Amino acid sequence: MKVAFYPGCVARGGCPELYPATLLVCQKLGIELEELTGAACTGAGVLQEKDRKLGDALNARTFAMAERKGLPIMTICSTCQGVMSQANKRLQDDDAYRAQINEVLKEEGLEYKGNVEIKHLLWVMVEDIGVDKVKALFTRKLQDLRIAPFYGCYIVRPSWALGFSEHPDRQGALETLIEAVGATVVDFEGKTKCCGLPILLINEKNSVDMVAKHTSTAQNLGANAMVTPCPLCHLNLDGYQPKAAKQSGIAIHMPILHLPQLMGLAMGFSPKEMGLERHIVSTKAVEAKIREAQPARA
Amino acid sequence: MRVTLDIGRFNPEAADPKPYRQEFALEVEEYYTVLDGLIHIREYEDPTLAVRCSCRASICGSCALRINGHAGLGCKTKLISVMDRNGRVRVDPVGNMAPVKDLVWDMKPFWDKIRAVEPYLQPEGPEPVEEYIAPQEAMLHLVGVMGCIMCGACVSDCTVLEVDKNFLGPAALAKAYRFVGDPRDGATKGRLKRLNEYSGIWDCTRCMECVQVCPKGVAPMERIMVLRDKAIAAGMHGTNGARHAESFAEMVKHTGWLNEFWLVPRTYGMFNLMNLNAMFAALPVAWRALRRGKLPTPLHPKREGAEHVRRIFEKVEGPKP
Ligand code: SF4
Ligand code: SF4
Ligand code: FES
Repeated sequence: MKVAFYPGCVARGGCPELYPATLLVCQKLGIELEELTGAACTGAGVLQEKDRKLGDALNARTFAMAERKGLPIMTICSTCQGVMSQANKRLQDDDAYRAQINEVLKEEGLEYKGNVEIKHLLWVMVEDIGVDKVKALFTRKLQDLRIAPFYGCYIVRPSWALGFSEHPDRQGALETLIEAVGATVVDFEGKTKCCGLPILLINEKNSVDMVAKHTSTAQNLGANAMVTPCPLCHLNLDGYQPKAAKQSGIAIHMPILHLPQLMGLAMGFSPKEMGLERHIVSTKAVEAKIREAQPARA
Repeated sequence: MRVTLDIGRFNPEAADPKPYRQEFALEVEEYYTVLDGLIHIREYEDPTLAVRCSCRASICGSCALRINGHAGLGCKTKLISVMDRNGRVRVDPVGNMAPVKDLVWDMKPFWDKIRAVEPYLQPEGPEPVEEYIAPQEAMLHLVGVMGCIMCGACVSDCTVLEVDKNFLGPAALAKAYRFVGDPRDGATKGRLKRLNEYSGIWDCTRCMECVQVCPKGVAPMERIMVLRDKAIAAGMHGTNGARHAESFAEMVKHTGWLNEFWLVPRTYGMFNLMNLNAMFAALPVAWRALRRGKLPTPLHPKREGAEHVRRIFEKVEGPKP
């Protein structure tokens, strides 16, 4: 399948390991990426604090670009996904509002008619490609990994903007894929909670407490890694984990994997190709388990 | 219909007052709500089960509890819509508040925070002869917040309250919006000033839990976002939160995208001595990131089409005052 690819700012900024890992994995999955190089930031909910209409206009511009190509948009960030899904819902539900926004886009020769679908790679894998086909690409069975899922707020709430009723599989998609790589799912309450990143620079103590809470809870339940489809969650859960350990006085060691990295490792890519050495929390323990992994049987 | 309610209970008068779980298997009608199930247990199985309710019609706000881990009204949720394949439903007291007994919780901290935002009209100037008149259009945006039934579901699931009990929280902040947004109120500036302080509007992490669980569509988080915008518009630029929002917008406006490198010093305030400590505290994190080759670059080239992004900003935001 072919998609208009929207990598988002963080996949190329704070989490530079995510972008190349995604390219390799998508190639294996047979997803042809046409990157939306001229698209702006979604606003990440921050711009929307100041002015929702402004955020909607920037996103409508991105949607119009994809619509012109006749392609669905694919994201690799829960926050981009959620912000775009919410904007798309407002633009699709209200023709008058869309017309108002299109007025702003006109000068650039763009118009959004309301027909673009926006899908995170997570959803593309379970819905469009199908778990069995994804599984057929795995060469390693990661049976020794016990993985806690961590979704990121924007890909779970508000449920009515995310198409859960038409696509019920979306809600457990991360668990489905963890099982598919042969690992054990460590279910925990924090999986749909907030990582704390939005207030990191505003109330660092609270933000870092959230990191401590989620990573230590998963650790206590026996997880040896956590996987997230959101690079913003990764920034906080990985980058601020040393600080979280210090602040909480708990010895936490929880390697955080990006979703494409987990897929890539099961597909046989090396930890280096997946950029694991760029993580703040060492992934050595995960790598050791991968070396012991059995070959996968499709 | 067969259903099993798995209830998180607590009896403060027990010899060893610890939370425990108890299951009840019931035969109920398909139209039964979670509250109907609980009342059925209290009437026919165990009269000691404490549960609070009154209207049974999503009006009084008494029956908030956690259903399968998420807050909601017992009287608004049908059992059939929440039971799993085996007919099981997990019911617990709300989160972030102390249980009194079983599913009844202490509402005092909830009311204290509502009181803290002075939830009453404070008009300015001489009293009118008859009534305070407000135009219809100026009141419409308040209809949603006035629908709040003070059930506490939003407070139960707020992620910030889980780590910081001092945060004012979604219900109180939504109530604050109700008065800040009222054209008849004369205390707006003072209200905003207090909401702008620690534990106020900037401490919300935008997790949308409150938007998701509110049974009345109050959408507290969205009201908090409007309060933030109003605080900035009223000239309150001096918080990390305001600087964060403003520098984020500036960056996207001029380059089309975000650079995390510059967001840090700009949020802490480039030349703000008070915040030097916070800047230095960020250094170990930056150093670790640099060593792993993941510190965002200070170079921030414009994205393709950035001039259009800028034009959209100018068009939507209008001329700067
Ligand atoms: S959006 Fe803000 S107020 Fe609402 S639950 Fe989350 S942190 Fe609390
Ligand atoms: S805002 Fe909604 S969830 Fe919160 S107390 Fe009011 S009605 Fe209940
Ligand atoms: S009993 Fe009144 S709201 Fe549920």
